[in-house]
Amino acid sequence: MNVTLKVWRQKNSKSKGHFETYKLNDLNPDMSFLEMLDVLNEQLIHEDKIPVEFDSDCREGICGQCGLTINGRPNGHHHHTTTCQMHMRHFEDGDTILVEPLRASAFTVIKDLKVDRSAMDRIMQAGGFVSVHTGSAPDANSLPIGKMDAEDAFDSAACIGCGTCIATCKNSSAALFTSAKITQLATLPQGEIEREKRVVAMVDAMDAEGFGSCTNTEACEMECPQEISVTNIARMNFEYNRALLLGKK
Amino acid sequence: MLNAKIPDGPLEKKWKNYQEHCKLVNPANKKKLDVIVIGTGLSGAPAAATLGELGYNVKVFFFQDTARRAHSVAAQGGINASKNYQNDGDNVFRHFYDTLKGGDFRSREANTYRLAEISANVIDQAVAQGVPFAREYGGVLANRSFGGVQVKRTFYAQGQTGQQMLLGAYSVLMRQIGLGHVKSYNRHEMLELVVIDGKARGIIARNLITGEIERHSAHAVILASGGYGKIYYLSTLAIGSNASAAWKAHRKGAFMAGVSWVQFHPTCLPQSGDYQSKLTLMSEALRNDGRIWVPKLKGDDRFPNDIPEEERDYYLERKYPAFGNLAPRDIASRSAKEQIDAGKGVGPNKNAVYLDFKDAIKEYGAEEIGDRYGNLFRMYEKITGMSPYKQPMMISPAAHFTMGGLWVDYELMTTIQGLYAVGEANFSDHGANRLGANSLLQASVDGYFIVPVTIGNYLSNEIRTGKIPTDTPEFDKAEEDAVERLKKFISIKGTKSAEYYHKQLGKIMFHHVGVSRNKKGIEEGIKLIRELREDFWTNLKVPGGIYEVNSELEKAGRVADFLELAELMAHDAYDRDESCGAHFREEYQTEDGEALRNDDEYMYVSAWEYTGYGKTPKLHKEELTFEVVKPSVRSYK
Repeated sequence: MNVTLKVWRQKNSKSKGHFETYKLNDLNPDMSFLEMLDVLNEQLIHEDKIPVEFDSDCREGICGQCGLTINGRPNGHHHHTTTCQMHMRHFEDGDTILVEPLRASAFTVIKDLKVDRSAMDRIMQAGGFVSVHTGSAPDANSLPIGKMDAEDAFDSAACIGCGTCIATCKNSSAALFTSAKITQLATLPQGEIEREKRVVAMVDAMDAEGFGSCTNTEACEMECPQEISVTNIARMNFEYNRALLLGKK
Repeated sequence: MLNAKIPDGPLEKKWKNYQEHCKLVNPANKKKLDVIVIGTGLSGAPAAATLGELGYNVKVFFFQDTARRAHSVAAQGGINASKNYQNDGDNVFRHFYDTLKGGDFRSREANTYRLAEISANVIDQAVAQGVPFAREYGGVLANRSFGGVQVKRTFYAQGQTGQQMLLGAYSVLMRQIGLGHVKSYNRHEMLELVVIDGKARGIIARNLITGEIERHSAHAVILASGGYGKIYYLSTLAIGSNASAAWKAHRKGAFMAGVSWVQFHPTCLPQSGDYQSKLTLMSEALRNDGRIWVPKLKGDDRFPNDIPEEERDYYLERKYPAFGNLAPRDIASRSAKEQIDAGKGVGPNKNAVYLDFKDAIKEYGAEEIGDRYGNLFRMYEKITGMSPYKQPMMISPAAHFTMGGLWVDYELMTTIQGLYAVGEANFSDHGANRLGANSLLQASVDGYFIVPVTIGNYLSNEIRTGKIPTDTPEFDKAEEDAVERLKKFISIKGTKSAEYYHKQLGKIMFHHVGVSRNKKGIEEGIKLIRELREDFWTNLKVPGGIYEVNSELEKAGRVADFLELAELMAHDAYDRDESCGAHFREEYQTEDGEALRNDDEYMYVSAWEYTGYGKTPKLHKEELTFEVVKPSVRSYK
């Protein structure tokens, strides 16, 4: 198949970006979107041009490092996928495809399609953990946890930290990302002791990083590669209000 | 002769003895000591966090954008621990024995025992962090069985155990970073190790955003940089996985051991075209319920569901009735390759075998099977467009895990003083073949529980050293070497990309130092590697410059190191005239095609010393003595 790409090129975080057009021929529909970009880069190197910078690592949908805005939508027109799991068979022969970095107020473009998502780490540093030192853990079975609770916690914990939810949100809100961790740890007895402190610290960090507010459009859930539910956000709001009521702020 | 510094006493007392007698650093002195950690996988993140908790000043470096990306994240099936929660006769000794036997008696008894001994603590630690392992209805932890083992000792979180274990480690690391005990350097790559008076004293790193070259000093350096299976290009590893940190250490005097011992994972998606950048792994846990088969007839093109039972060869069940589809990985991979080579491969490229869930679905129902493997089935369907509920999966072996790596002693210290290697970066506990679900375990054990203890024994002698300055001739030289190399890559201005060379190297390695090897093939391989390396240094093309984001420059550095390591791997495979575990030399097999060990001549670990670019490496032997276990023929029949 043949496609035309309009790719966002930006030299560094300070310079202004623009689109450049490239034509690719004889692509195999079984290749992933990123493999298609590999082919583009080989072509650019051959033509003495600078290849397009983009992030990826595991290429099996679990590390969260890749992520592009494809035709205006994070990771393309399929719901619940990462960019690496988007395959060319889902595009038509002759398509023109617009490729941009993940766009959000708290993400800076580093170069071309690479963005800085370190604000997400700083939210985690504020409270996305149980304060347990190595060596101080009791026997794992001394703390029974219901099968359903464990599965619910898993569903929240499955977040891959890719930033799709943030890039999807018209407010660039990090609510789904932040709430998934808060919910995971609020569901489990291990998280109980720091429950109030955690939610307040993480929500404050989220605000301090310049992420927008959640206005419940639920677009994040539609695109999340791990299908993290917006009920996590409801749980975060509940936990936050509960902490305030208990006077923990 | 290499000394592994194994503590005295009976096997079950060695680690206890060590801990009772090793030297300690008091809290006030820990503040004066700097430690560098390379990598944030399931060994690096725990090591950095635990050392931070203890009070050391820690700097952690990794090439990804955040610490949560390291490839431990992709481990699917589970993590072993001999908790005996299932009351099925498991214990530390059995776990130790299974691991030693799985490794075909080419690992160190004391290390392997310690791995099993500490395994229970890892599960406790992870659960305390909030890792949501699978549970029974009564609230206790669930277990499943895994290849090469007859008990259920594998803990799991759906098919995302590695992700959950890694995020647990990431969470404690984030906490230490937030507290200021650990400083994190994301998008940084180590270019050189700095050795001063025989001791590891720091690194030269490149900031992958600005391209700036940085000097960082420390009293000890821990390499948690993972394995080098990506040398085969097509592998289950992440695109960025590389051997560079380990190789740089090797060039500075750290020996590498068992380097040709590479595990090919039997259950990966087959290659579909030349453009392909990786082979996706499907967890081995699938072999609990899936049955592996090929058509009895060569070149049988019928749709798999149309092939009747009596015309299918369930070759693993036939050849290994005791373990069946759960035979260890090396055996399962080799058997698959045999079938494919014999013309019985299936799929459009005839490069796969079937993994069939038909009988399991009949027995347990589609819903139950979906509970067990739902995410894996979805992943398979996403990539291939076919549903494993409706037709068998197609799988084939792919390079996955490197048992070999930097040689370390019992304290996980390399042959360079103060340089440690943990997790997949070291050779150690897995011998010539790793059992499934022991990899997350080894990484965790090394990072959480071993190196934080053993490093104190070394650093106790460094409390009077003071801050290591970076304006010394050794740092000058290391930085010069690093910059010169970067300049060289750019100045070649040839015609072929680093990716091209990587793909070529992958093909050479797969054919000549792959699932099975022979003397003549390896000789040919060495010749091809040398030719390719020469071509690389004359015809490489790296666009762009040093002081900017430049992925091509990063790739060139990694491929250049792979091109050197490849020859060492070939040399290691050539030198070992026996078959053991994943090292299958075709000349050494039994009449029915099983690996034939040579305990009289090769009961040792080959540790190689770097002697110069393109020169023959020097062999050092670490004799393996088995005090408790008597090495037997590894049979899974």
